[in-house]
Amino acid sequence: MATLRELSRMPEVLVPGHRMCAGCGAPIVVRQVLRAAHAPVVVANATGCLEVSTTIYPFTSWQSPWIHTAFESAAASLSGVEAAYRSLKRQGKISQDIKFVAFGGDGGTYDIGLQSLSGALERGHKMVYVCYDNGAYMNTGIQRSSATPKGAETTTSPVGKVQPGKRGSRKDLTKIVAAHNIPYAAQVSPAHWNDLYAKAEKAFAADGPAFLNAIAPCPRGWRYDSSDTIELCRLAVDTCFWPLYEVENGKIRVTYKPKEKKPLVEFLKRQGRFNHLLRPGNEGLLEELQQEVDRQWEDLLAQSES
Amino acid sequence: MGSRQHVAMTGNEAVAHAMRQINPDVVAAYPITPQTDIVQFFSQFVADGMVKTEFVTVESEHSAMSATIGAAASGARAMTATSSQGLALMWEMLHIASGYRLPIVMPVVNRTLSGPINIHCDHSDTMGALTTGWIQLYSESAQEAYDNMIQAVRIAEHPDVRLPVMVCQDGFITSHGIESLEVLSDDEVAQFIGEYKPAYSVLDVDNPVTVGPLVLPDYLFEMKFQQAKAMEASRRVILEVGKEYARLTGREYGFLESYKLEDAERVIVVLSSTAGTTRAVVDELRRKGEKVGLLKPRVIRPFPASELRDALSHARAVAILDRAETFSTQGGPLFCEIRAAFYDAPKRPLMRNYIFGLGGRDVGTSQIESVFADLAEDVARGSVKTPVSYLDVRE
Repeated sequence: MATLRELSRMPEVLVPGHRMCAGCGAPIVVRQVLRAAHAPVVVANATGCLEVSTTIYPFTSWQSPWIHTAFESAAASLSGVEAAYRSLKRQGKISQDIKFVAFGGDGGTYDIGLQSLSGALERGHKMVYVCYDNGAYMNTGIQRSSATPKGAETTTSPVGKVQPGKRGSRKDLTKIVAAHNIPYAAQVSPAHWNDLYAKAEKAFAADGPAFLNAIAPCPRGWRYDSSDTIELCRLAVDTCFWPLYEVENGKIRVTYKPKEKKPLVEFLKRQGRFNHLLRPGNEGLLEELQQEVDRQWEDLLAQSES
Repeated sequence: MGSRQHVAMTGNEAVAHAMRQINPDVVAAYPITPQTDIVQFFSQFVADGMVKTEFVTVESEHSAMSATIGAAASGARAMTATSSQGLALMWEMLHIASGYRLPIVMPVVNRTLSGPINIHCDHSDTMGALTTGWIQLYSESAQEAYDNMIQAVRIAEHPDVRLPVMVCQDGFITSHGIESLEVLSDDEVAQFIGEYKPAYSVLDVDNPVTVGPLVLPDYLFEMKFQQAKAMEASRRVILEVGKEYARLTGREYGFLESYKLEDAERVIVVLSSTAGTTRAVVDELRRKGEKVGLLKPRVIRPFPASELRDALSHARAVAILDRAETFSTQGGPLFCEIRAAFYDAPKRPLMRNYIFGLGGRDVGTSQIESVFADLAEDVARGSVKTPVSYLDVRE
């Protein structure tokens, strides 16, 4: 396990000068993940905040080769890059070992990019796909996605007289990905950097597709002070809203169990998008959300190997 | 295959044969009627170790084009193939392929777009892609589809062009009809197309490039201007490659192919397989002493406006046959563009338009004869009575 001092001295692939918001979780996730590649990387990016804010022509913040094609096509385009690599390597035209990694937000991964991700996973391309999950379409101005938690307010799931924020639960993408029987899938949080780094190393070392689902708070969309990003990441894990676990060759293992499981409201009350849930009359919904988190956590523990 | 030979092949088989000889580094493709044979034949070449290709069996045409773009941006010679709905599903990626200046060659087996669903030939698929920045070559026969495939690689990859190319042939009529054609030897094709020298590669980790950045109003316009310039430059390259191909094969390709046009008073302009039917009617009517002719465009993007003007200005009446609707109520896509090309011409023939053959409606010699007869009436009258009509439709 690398120390923080060692990690901080590693060369950066995503360098300063980009225009991501202060406190955005996405670049933190990117920088932590890429430290574990231990080889040259080619990065693919779905359309989204990360893409538009890091590559404003004629500037780029990427020190490695980087490709963006469209919103739903990061996994498919990276499939083509990886196939070209295999072809050219077999022909002796490339000798280096190169790793391949895609970054997509939850919109580009849970929603519009799910088909191309599923196809790439099934075909077995040797690539790491990282979803930075901020729970809505933040780039277009905070619209709900299938990763938006139940009850959260977004601009397309507003709180109104007859609607308490987003209806319906979020999709469990990590389990959906794991159901492709790929070598490695995991949930990570940048607050638990050592857990994230270890999982990213496993993902890059996997002999086939690997997937990391990273919680990536958005100060604008979640409505919190931008200095609280890592604290919110930690609360998401400690409330079991965002459990840290991995699925390695089909075996589920919870990698971090909070010593004391905090009530979900500790996570929710720090964010403006859940303000309405704390008002009188919404106690039932709050309780329902707590029960759902509890049930999913218990299920996960029951499935976990250790 | 060591030597040049005459073979009997369907249009799809001829295209797959060309793909085997081109031997791309990556093919990413998805099956769709009537293109499916191409993918099947090519899968067998891969299974038999006859190509060096990494074959990516994608889950949709959107991903087929996305993966082909990824491979092409990696310095690989990359191809895919499609028809109809597949081309429609690729729509946004078509613009990205041309906008990123990637020399992808894609056979398209023309089929109507739904709805309602219909698997047969018309040109609504590729005519809908006229604004995507792709060069478009149309093929009358399996021979032409084969020849266009080989030339397309050179056109697409030329440093002054670097644009993707569609090689179109008519679904079922050409794609599934068996014809006799001459194919080159593998060595001849390899020599003709040469080694691919990419402009950049995302696999060059020592010289990292950012492909597909966000480009704002300060630069995007210039990029599109350069793309238009490249399309303009392709006009010269298409002719150069056609001449070089003629030296190799004896078959020369330019923008247009004319048949008995020199003294023709009445002319039909039509793409692809229907040109063959028209040629037979021209022969028949010529035997009766009628001055009729055929003009078959091979290239629609870039649009050969001056060549069309030169070829048609002497005619008295021209019928432009469109196997696609624009629903503008002003005629099909070819008609609108050809008519516009004559706006500044000092001498303008009478021009009328027929929408024909939609959804695979068969077009035989009698329909073509009726078009020439209509043109004779226009000539006698000195004007066009019906600028846009529908050939052989039940009203």
